[in-house]
Amino acid sequence: MEVATASAKTFDIGQQSPLSRFVLGLADDALVLSHRLSQWCSKAPYLEEDIALSNVALDYIGRARMFYQYAAIIEDKGRNEDDLAYLRDERQYTNLLIHELPKGDFAFTMVRQFLVDVFYNMYLEQLLASTDETIAAIAAKAVKETRYHLKRSEPWITQLSQGTDESRQRILCALDELKDFTGELFEMLEWEAQLVEAGIAVDRSSLQAPWDAYVQKFLAVSEIDYQDSKLQIRGGRNGIHTEHLGQMLCEMQYLQRSYPNMNW
Amino acid sequence: MQQEKLTVYEVFIRSNRGLDHKHVGSLHAQSPEQALMYARDCYIRRSEGVSIWVVESTNITASDESDIESYVDPMDDKPYRHATHYVLPDKVRSM
Repeated sequence: MEVATASAKTFDIGQQSPLSRFVLGLADDALVLSHRLSQWCSKAPYLEEDIALSNVALDYIGRARMFYQYAAIIEDKGRNEDDLAYLRDERQYTNLLIHELPKGDFAFTMVRQFLVDVFYNMYLEQLLASTDETIAAIAAKAVKETRYHLKRSEPWITQLSQGTDESRQRILCALDELKDFTGELFEMLEWEAQLVEAGIAVDRSSLQAPWDAYVQKFLAVSEIDYQDSKLQIRGGRNGIHTEHLGQMLCEMQYLQRSYPNMNW
Repeated sequence: MQQEKLTVYEVFIRSNRGLDHKHVGSLHAQSPEQALMYARDCYIRRSEGVSIWVVESTNITASDESDIESYVDPMDDKPYRHATHYVLPDKVRSM
């Protein structure tokens, strides 16, 4: 039991420095969303979209790797990017919850993508100015990808919401489900606010109003009235998750858990 | 999404400035804009190109294979039409 206790301590989120938590959180956001997108591989509506969606997943995994590599350097405990991705449990994952929701149907995936794409376009644009050079460099690479992601997700939202009754219904259902999870994108934590003062992090709460305005205006074109939900589900950055993340990690981490240090 | 509702596009990529666009393949898409994006994802994701053209396949008028003799054969005995005897200066690349 001693080993288990020791490792639990090592992984305790609360014991990490603000910078470590910050970078790890961004890494987890990217990896978890990447995995959800990758679940479309070979299952997308048609081949071209399959490849395009998988490409977006690859963009996110690239982003995750850069943040994990940096997180490993910051915490300096001899763990590498793979250890961070494959050997932490659900409660040690600190992604914002919207990223971990199951991929759902195609409409759900694209609506989530649209909502986070708008967010990342605004967020990464500001993260470029981070005083932390590594973070700014990662943001510079990611912001180009994220602009392309938005160019991809927007036409899908328009097309599906103005398409058949069925496709519109699916868009509305997805929005209904996702809007309980968008608030967390803009909720600042105390330690994160310290990093904003140091010029390292971005004040996410300042993005809520422009994000609302953008999303509302875009959806209004398709005659969808989007309002933020009063119910907001939160907890991701503190390791409190929906029931879905554990199942996802179970699958994602299976190989490393069953065959530790396995390589190929 | 039913495949038959999609349009087939031919994709042309220019791999470098100064070169011509070359046909690289075809793909399905719902609009020319979407075809451009899919072309990016399917054909130049390892930065193989600097410019993409997409053309609806139905807009291409092609020679008929059974009729190809009447197009090609008359040229066979006219070697002077080929510029093979000119030496290309080293400085001229990409010709």
